[in-house]
Amino acid sequence: MKKILITDVTLRDGNHAISHKITKEQIALYAAAADAAGVPIVEVGHGNGLGASSLQVGESAIDDETMLRTARENLPHAKLGIHVIPGFATINKDLKKALDLGVDVVRVAAHCTETDITQRHINYVRDRGKEAYGVLMMSHMTSKETLVEECQKMESYGAEGVMIFDSAGAYLPAEVSERIEELIDNLQIPVGFHAHNNLGMGIANSVAAAEAGASMIDGSARGFGAGSGNAQLEVLVAVLEKMGYSTDIDLYKLLDAADIAENNLVKEIPRIKSLSIVSGLAGVFSGFSKPVERISKEYDVDPRDVFFELGRRQVVAGQEDIIIDVVAKLASQKKER
Amino acid sequence: MKRLKVAILGSGNIGTDLLIKIMRSPYLECSLFIGRHLNSPGMNKASSLGIKISDLSIEAIEKDPDCCQLVFDATSALDHKKHWPILKKLHKNVIDMTPSGIGEMCVPALNIDHCLKYDNVNMITCGGQSAIPLTSVIGKTQKDVEYIEVVSTIATRSAGPATRINLDEYIETTEKGIRKFSGCTNVKAILTISPAQPPIDMQTTIFAKIKKPDIPHLREEASGMVRKIQTYVPGYQLVIPPVLESERVVMMVKVQGLGDYLPKYAGIMDIINCAAIAMAEEYAKKIGQVPDEVVS
Repeated sequence: MKKILITDVTLRDGNHAISHKITKEQIALYAAAADAAGVPIVEVGHGNGLGASSLQVGESAIDDETMLRTARENLPHAKLGIHVIPGFATINKDLKKALDLGVDVVRVAAHCTETDITQRHINYVRDRGKEAYGVLMMSHMTSKETLVEECQKMESYGAEGVMIFDSAGAYLPAEVSERIEELIDNLQIPVGFHAHNNLGMGIANSVAAAEAGASMIDGSARGFGAGSGNAQLEVLVAVLEKMGYSTDIDLYKLLDAADIAENNLVKEIPRIKSLSIVSGLAGVFSGFSKPVERISKEYDVDPRDVFFELGRRQVVAGQEDIIIDVVAKLASQKKER
Repeated sequence: MKRLKVAILGSGNIGTDLLIKIMRSPYLECSLFIGRHLNSPGMNKASSLGIKISDLSIEAIEKDPDCCQLVFDATSALDHKKHWPILKKLHKNVIDMTPSGIGEMCVPALNIDHCLKYDNVNMITCGGQSAIPLTSVIGKTQKDVEYIEVVSTIATRSAGPATRINLDEYIETTEKGIRKFSGCTNVKAILTISPAQPPIDMQTTIFAKIKKPDIPHLREEASGMVRKIQTYVPGYQLVIPPVLESERVVMMVKVQGLGDYLPKYAGIMDIINCAAIAMAEEYAKKIGQVPDEVVS
């Protein structure tokens, strides 16, 4: 039976859905439940990862240290994972401390064509004897040939695997299969996939990835993640097992964990709202939905127009400031009319 | 009267763009352009402009110390740490373009005269040059500034290999600069590299948390500061003047380059290179150089 390595991103991607306001109690509760279910890797942190609490993206309710310490105490078996974007987190300020606190798995992320910024962080994690994976965010923005070149760079830096993220929930299953196959043909290391559900393809795309040979897949409880959420973890595991893949996760206990998430941290179960569809079609990062809604309302412009304009400008995660620029321009155009 | 002889160490994007700008300066003359490989695009550009080149790295200056009085170090932070002791021994004035954090931090709009006293002047970072003058305005006009954050986004092609490998130093040096010139101790710098095609212009957003913000006063002083910066960085524009948005003070700057070596979107080149040239020209004036006819 082919094995799929699952990373549970509920406590990281889900943080986007509550404007990064996850509490210590919520982390403790869910981490313990996921651990009991046998989830192999539990990722924790601000939505944009380590060192990303900011006015630009949103301030965390509790600091990175408290999040990691709490998770560590409640993960007796599972590995503790973090998401790290160079440009937000530095080795000296953030990464060193995170590893000291007991992080086992570090996924170093860059936008699809910028992987060379991950080199020092990947090297550092490997030098400390921890697991390092490379992540390409917003992977729909570039060709499969470029994805191969970028992933080969991360392989050469010492990444033990690479993940492509569908940060905007923009892919259809055939596009996922094509990319995963191309990567597998050209890399020696395992390949993985992280879905968003903007176009209702979260599970379908994850299945397509597994069928194309991906051996690492992300999911979150009830799909709790940015925008319309991720692949719903308990569905993902059930479907993969039904298809004959093995995840080593206890389904009953995972369903319990999902119920705990629903009752204790999911403010609103992610669903595909009108704006999520627009964000998926425009190819804009799912994490933009909350600030776009808020700022569009403040300036009285149509948030759908804002998403399409952001898509035209090809914005990436970390460019939340552009929302104000776009909204202000649309507002002044509206006044002129 | 002769122009001040300068050498450029580092033949990447920054070094090559500096060269083109220096060739327009009435005070400066590039007497040696130094890299590591004779065939790099920067070296080819320099030779095509009739500039003397060398592939000997720092050794080129050790072998011929009289080739220049001032050195622009446009290599990397790690390399500058090795270069500085050698250049100091040779009594060179150094303008450090890397985020090494060794020399006296210089923002021409704020402390150019003060920096004339130092033999190693550090140009901080491109994001620092675009944001620090405005963060100093925040420090000057506002009471109880709790936090300042600076976010820069640059186009993928404008970030060369050294910029990328220096990302951590970029962040830490930019933060150090913001602290020094704004007086606020709680600060954060973020850099995003945008893969968008066609490329975006360099953009910097400054956020602040201030107990009782005085926006009119901030607006007035900020626009004065912008005019001052525009005297040496012509493409510097305040696209969103200070506003209050969900309890954050926000202002946004765009920097369009002069399009010298890289296209105009690479404002990252211009902001730091124009600042470095302003500093070098001030130094030339101090030691008595008078403007020369520019032969082009």
